[in-house]
Amino acid sequence: MFRKTLEIGTSPHIISGNSTDTIMRNVVYALLPVAAYAVYVFGLAALLLLITALGACLLTEYMLNRWAGNPSPLNDWSVTITGLLYGLTLPPHLPLWMVFLGGVFGVAFGKFIFGGLGYNVFNPALVGRAFIQAAFPVAITTWMTPFTADRFAHIPSSTLTLPFLEPVYDITSGATPLALMKFEHHTTDVYQLVMGMTSGSTGETSALLIVLGGLYLIARRMMDWRIPVALLGAVYILSTFFHFIDPTRYPDGLFMLFSGGLMLGAIFMATDMVASPITHAGAALYGVLIGIMVYVIRVWGGLPEGVMYAILFGNAVSPHIDNFIRPRVYGTGKKRSLS
Amino acid sequence: MGLFNTLPTFQRGIHPGDFKDLTRHLPIERMPFSAELTIPLSQHLGAPSKPRVKVGDTVQRGQLIAEPGGFVSIGQHAPVTGTVTAIEPRPHPTGRMVESIIIATDPFSPQTFYNEHPMDWEALSPRELISLIQHGGFVGLGGAAFPTHVKLSVPEGKHARFLIVNGVECEPYLTSDHRVMLEEYDDLFYGIRILQKILDVRQVYIGVENNKEDAIEVLRNHVPDDMACEVIALETKYPQGAEKMLIEAVLHREVPSGKLPIDVEVVVNNSGTITGIGHMFRFGQPLIERVVTVTGPGIKRPANVRVPIGTPLTELLNFCGGITDDTRQILFGGPMMGAPQARLDVPILKGTSGILCLTENEINVREEYPCIRCLRCVDVCPVGLNPSRLGALAKSRDYEHMLDFHVMDCVECGSCSYICPSNIPLVQRFRVAKGLLREQQARNKAS
Repeated sequence: MFRKTLEIGTSPHIISGNSTDTIMRNVVYALLPVAAYAVYVFGLAALLLLITALGACLLTEYMLNRWAGNPSPLNDWSVTITGLLYGLTLPPHLPLWMVFLGGVFGVAFGKFIFGGLGYNVFNPALVGRAFIQAAFPVAITTWMTPFTADRFAHIPSSTLTLPFLEPVYDITSGATPLALMKFEHHTTDVYQLVMGMTSGSTGETSALLIVLGGLYLIARRMMDWRIPVALLGAVYILSTFFHFIDPTRYPDGLFMLFSGGLMLGAIFMATDMVASPITHAGAALYGVLIGIMVYVIRVWGGLPEGVMYAILFGNAVSPHIDNFIRPRVYGTGKKRSLS
Repeated sequence: MGLFNTLPTFQRGIHPGDFKDLTRHLPIERMPFSAELTIPLSQHLGAPSKPRVKVGDTVQRGQLIAEPGGFVSIGQHAPVTGTVTAIEPRPHPTGRMVESIIIATDPFSPQTFYNEHPMDWEALSPRELISLIQHGGFVGLGGAAFPTHVKLSVPEGKHARFLIVNGVECEPYLTSDHRVMLEEYDDLFYGIRILQKILDVRQVYIGVENNKEDAIEVLRNHVPDDMACEVIALETKYPQGAEKMLIEAVLHREVPSGKLPIDVEVVVNNSGTITGIGHMFRFGQPLIERVVTVTGPGIKRPANVRVPIGTPLTELLNFCGGITDDTRQILFGGPMMGAPQARLDVPILKGTSGILCLTENEINVREEYPCIRCLRCVDVCPVGLNPSRLGALAKSRDYEHMLDFHVMDCVECGSCSYICPSNIPLVQRFRVAKGLLREQQARNKAS
């Protein structure tokens, strides 16, 4: 009567709803509106750039794991996030060959050599971008004006620059709001920043869509809200404080929040689970540290933007935060009251 | 009762669905005696019991058939009147073969209990009461099956101030403790008096999760006037039934790492166990049957059944209408800590709180991914461990280092594995590590 195969295996025999691939896939969903808007703002250049970035990352992940004899990790969706994020942090008309090179570098040296998903110390997308920043410092700080009339008809010549050649820019380049602020003491209107009507990296211009994506992930419990809240809070408080002291030298809090890559970084990159602390208290501290670092680089450093370096710095201290901040183990340490 | 009034509970933990609706309203029913019963000599933690009968002996229902094989061991009794047909290794729910006494039921016996005199327990000393409980065959009926008299034997120099009755039943699906509290509170309060005398304890707390509101009300209405006993409604959260978590929830005390509840003046016992003890002192019947919840989407007629110990699993499943065609997993116990069965010719044990039949839809067949350090496991571990870190250390077999991360404090509740989006068998790795570390410590002590 009972001739059937029964499953054995170890307890617990039930598990909760979200699996790793589901979480990662939802991060991709949250990024899609940001990517779509980037294409709308910057046209074909952004489209080609995102496809190249994604392709470089996926291809590198696939080839390296095939070479190492690992099962294909593409189905966990993590490298898709890396590819999209990496593309979104680049200037829209960066030559595609540079985009490709940085993507390969980010996945190979930001992820694969550490052991793949779960073992990377730094956010691979930012490793790729840092590589571009070091190798092509001019190209990565040359910005394109948004909403050019022929953006869907014309591919900028810089985008199609042949490998290892210097790009030639055929369209007007616009300074980013942060550069304007830093070098010309000109503040951009916050409304323009929120709606993404300024120059900047491909995906960092629309703070609104980035925040919506973050809220979606927080609502689905797929993101630790403490990191963006602590990070943005630290930046806002610092800038408001210094703005109060000397409004002519220091920009105000809202401008700082909505300009540059801060929103994209705080919501989608500092929250990379692998490279951030594992306790809530640690995550909050990590957020604050990155926030302080962003402010210091932007205001007193030599660069107009500091989000990337600040997050990489946060990634580096994250394991140390985990060593210092641990949950108190039941029955150890502080003695509980005896009632 | 304010809007934000919260019930007492422990820190962290998980909220799996409780799935108790399948059986929570079903009164306990009795099943017929099976033709043959298998009494394993080892169905508890500790030394196996020693047989007192031979093949061919006739035994009476409730008769002692095996005596304790040491201090951490218990007596075993014939659950039916019948004949001993074999004493040999038989399949056991742990997956091993275990020496067992096989009894063929006498089909003509009325199976009435042969000694129905209440015991004059008030005339007995605590030591004598403890011995009766040991010889009565009592183990923790919540599932761990640790001999009850050992927990009641308070070491010299220590003293209990509180008795906590564990009526939490935090495992999803299971309702046996719930039904016993509802229907047999007389025996429960009787048993509490005996434990009060043994432990010399006045204050008693009964911890019950608030998904059993009817039981909470019934118990509150029936606490004897002269008993200092408070029924505490707890938030429904897993693993509240773990001793350490229950002590934290009820008394806001923590058992120090490496110590026992008695070190914070507490003794915890399962409500079903105490009910059984009360029943024995009222009617003389030792532990020869228990209430088992047979449940899950894979069983045709879910039920709370009073089952003679040693009843074959197949008989119990048949009594409950049999299993559905899509049943894929059968567990002894609940889904969080239960033991999966590879075969059905195993007996129901004293520690079998439930039989859970799961289908494809419930069981865990998900792919394993690398740890993404999402912090969910840290967020739920009731002990405050870092399962992510411990899991990585276990994977690289760095067991020594796991000690620094308090692996020995793990209560093996499985909350980390339950919540892990990468489906890493964390708690299983910790069980293995703890076993190896204990062996190593024993070796070091010996050399």
